[in-house]
Amino acid sequence: MSGTTDISWMIGGPQGTGVDSSATLFARAMTVAGYWVYGKREYHSNIKGKHSYFQVRVKDVPVHSNTDPVHILSTFEHSTAEIHADEVVPDGAFIYDPRVTDPADLPLPSGVTKFPIEFGKIIEEIAEETGSNPVKLGIMKNTVAVAASAALLGVEIDSIEEALKGIFTGKKAKLVDLNMKAAEKAYAAIKPQAGFGDFVYKLEKPSNPPKSKSRLLVNGATATGLGKVKAGCRYQTYYSITPAVDECIYLEQHPEFGIVVFQCEDELSAINMAIGAATTGIRSSTSTSGPGFCLMSEGIGWAGINEVPMVVFNYQRGGPSTGLPTRNEQGELLFAIHAGHGDYPKIVMAPGDMHECFEDAFNAFNFAERYQTPVIVLPDKALANNTQSIEPFEEASLKVDRGQIEGVDPNYKEGDLEAGIQQFPRFKITDSGISPRVLPGTPGKIFWTTGDEHTEFGHITEKPEIRIPMHEKRMKKLDLAAKEIPQDLQYKLFGSEQADLTMVAWGSTKGAILDAMDVLKKEHNITINFLQIRMMSPFPSEGVGAILKKAKKVACIESNLSGQLAQLVRMRTSFEIPHQILKYTGRPISETEIVASALDVVKKDEKKVVLTYGR
Amino acid sequence: MAVKTLESPLKAAKYKSDLTSDWCPGCGDFGIVNGIQQALAELALPPWETYLFSGVGCSGKTPHYIQVYGSHTLHGRVLPYSLGAKMANPHLTVLAVGGDGDGYGIGSGHFVHAGRRNVDMTYIVFNNEVYGLTKGQASPTLEKGMQPKSLALPHISQAINPLALALACGYTFIARSYAYDPKHLKATIQAAVNHRGMALIDVLQPCPTYNDIHTKEFYAEKLEKEGNEIPRVYYIEETGYDGVVKNSNDVQEVNEKRMNAFNAMYKLEDQVALGTFYKIELDTYDELLGKNLPQLKDAAPIDLKYHDDQMNPTTDLSSALAEIQV
Ligand code: SF4
Repeated sequence: MSGTTDISWMIGGPQGTGVDSSATLFARAMTVAGYWVYGKREYHSNIKGKHSYFQVRVKDVPVHSNTDPVHILSTFEHSTAEIHADEVVPDGAFIYDPRVTDPADLPLPSGVTKFPIEFGKIIEEIAEETGSNPVKLGIMKNTVAVAASAALLGVEIDSIEEALKGIFTGKKAKLVDLNMKAAEKAYAAIKPQAGFGDFVYKLEKPSNPPKSKSRLLVNGATATGLGKVKAGCRYQTYYSITPAVDECIYLEQHPEFGIVVFQCEDELSAINMAIGAATTGIRSSTSTSGPGFCLMSEGIGWAGINEVPMVVFNYQRGGPSTGLPTRNEQGELLFAIHAGHGDYPKIVMAPGDMHECFEDAFNAFNFAERYQTPVIVLPDKALANNTQSIEPFEEASLKVDRGQIEGVDPNYKEGDLEAGIQQFPRFKITDSGISPRVLPGTPGKIFWTTGDEHTEFGHITEKPEIRIPMHEKRMKKLDLAAKEIPQDLQYKLFGSEQADLTMVAWGSTKGAILDAMDVLKKEHNITINFLQIRMMSPFPSEGVGAILKKAKKVACIESNLSGQLAQLVRMRTSFEIPHQILKYTGRPISETEIVASALDVVKKDEKKVVLTYGR
Repeated sequence: MAVKTLESPLKAAKYKSDLTSDWCPGCGDFGIVNGIQQALAELALPPWETYLFSGVGCSGKTPHYIQVYGSHTLHGRVLPYSLGAKMANPHLTVLAVGGDGDGYGIGSGHFVHAGRRNVDMTYIVFNNEVYGLTKGQASPTLEKGMQPKSLALPHISQAINPLALALACGYTFIARSYAYDPKHLKATIQAAVNHRGMALIDVLQPCPTYNDIHTKEFYAEKLEKEGNEIPRVYYIEETGYDGVVKNSNDVQEVNEKRMNAFNAMYKLEDQVALGTFYKIELDTYDELLGKNLPQLKDAAPIDLKYHDDQMNPTTDLSSALAEIQV
């Protein structure tokens, strides 16, 4: 057996016991060893005690999604074993603590090799050797679980050490040695066990190991935060909400960014403070999730009618109402494009991976200022929380676009104040729909803003002869945006022009579809092309319509109940997508599910496939 | 952050916009608009660096009549808009105006939390005890048992006490003035703008159209006390009251001034007290922010550069990227 190049590993445990940090250690160690990783984080709306788990897929080429079965399930507590035992592949491995779990009680497939590890004993030994309190060292059971798995996969212990050094820096650097003791004992405990040598999923050495420190291990919340920083965002408001809060915390933890991160009393305040700040010319944004976004819609309308450039990130989660607060869903597409009462232009974009989170966060501020209107970005929980190893972000080609801003009038004379106060036609009717801005503080000029319909100077009016051109002027900006924004930021077609099946999707399902395309070609000789839609408003009707009309067979894949993208496509292109693949359990769609459902559509002509996998 | 003033002040008339107001004849709002214009003129504030926000309601139209940056925002949200603007650009002088329903009703959550932050701005509430623009429904300051002509039945909810609420929330300048007392109103607005921190002025504002109880005549009445004639409205400082904390580090003084202020704010009497009930100098929000964020020690958020002349972004991400580089 020469080994494998694609495995899936899982650790679980009650929330608050270090599941996240052990997954980080595992993912980091595998990246150090030269593999690519993709990690899925699942948790309850609870702080301590309820079950959570992290699944990490390791591959020797870039990987963008999870597969469903698990090759190694590693845990030191019983509930994870009970909940996930039947997910282990028949020739997989189960690493467990014999003091808490008897594998005979579990629905493990019969071929699974069991590797008992005395987690407690290892901790007690280290405590004795170092004169430490064993209770305090308990958290290191995570390190044992990770190291035992790495040993089983045939990964050298150096990678664990390197990963620990990356995690424990500064004052925490002394924890590296302590954790290495745990790792060494784990390697020593698993290697002599029966079945170690025969484990079939030993990883082959990576074919193309990268230079050290050339990849990023990142989740969507961090990628978004970094994009905002790069864009020059200086003001970010939020009201704590899962999963949007992760991005806000990331920004708060980096005071050197120079971003005012302001925790508000509610989302009404969050949106309106961000808009108030934006009216001064600062780059300003807020991040929220479904329930908070509902509260924000009135404010977004004010920014729309007053042409204020500002950015809202709405991290979608399971709805309606509180719904599934910590789970994934793409249920807010139609709401986002229609948020607020009345007609006003908004730009709505949906990133599909870590690079697009960064890129969209950067571009959102440019679009907001160029088109002087709110920009809504719709990541989802899976993007926010899932971790991926990626190539570095593309920074060199980025340009800041502040749109049309006027400075001081050349006729303005300092000191000549009596003559010098000019009422500025901030909402001047123009052909393009864009009226130049001045920013508060520009000597000599003032204007007004109001949520009422208004004149060019921003005073209230109800005159039809002003209402008509003003209302039309605002809306025209969307046509301009549709023309100017590069096509690949609006939609992308992956794969060949002609295919057995065209998959249409948006957001985090992108990764699973890209990975599944290869599998369907190699293992089933089915060609798929994939139409990713990134720009939801203005919608790229022509481009999308043209691709769909030429397609042999089309399926729309979404994480929601009603097929919201399919509805939007029909509304904007009159094209009725005949096949739907939907998932609304709150768990992300996997490569495995895409492969199976694509076969259902291609071979059995299924009209609607509902996916259900995952705990 | 210091605010610039004009070398040669403009006349109050220069702070009038060319719009005619559409308030009812006799509305107290006229007096408040004049008070604001005069205060801005005497403070010599550059109109383009002065930003006046409003909520929604009759008072919401105020910015349109004043020749400075004006923003007529959403109902109840005037404070978030103003706070956001001032935090982003502390070089601006920021004032907020709004009605009692706007500030103490639909915006009450923001009213509470604005007190916690001591952002350097002034909030002027037009308190007429009714919702004027929707035809006179009870506002949160209408007292229990009252029945102005616009109400079908007597009011059976308690009124809130805005001054005491402001004190509980941490406002650092709390005053009451009256729409038809131009001198007091102008002086109070000037003092509030000059105060470093979050200032509230609750302005008693007759609404002749819907509130036929607390009218201009009511406030002008003379009362009788122990055989003497006394005015309805008096200035609290003239009674020897002093609500100004001299040393904010002196716990005993702060305690005393706070308790005195509570007593004065809650006093049940037929007279109506105007004046500054409480004032304390504390660090403002942007001063504290400068301690947390190194780049803001000597600069305002709006001043921080993020691109060069060719519009290339200049923010260096390398230290943040180092954390996630593997
Ligand atoms: S309704 Fe009352 S508050 Fe409104 S404008 Fe008329 S008098 Fe003034």
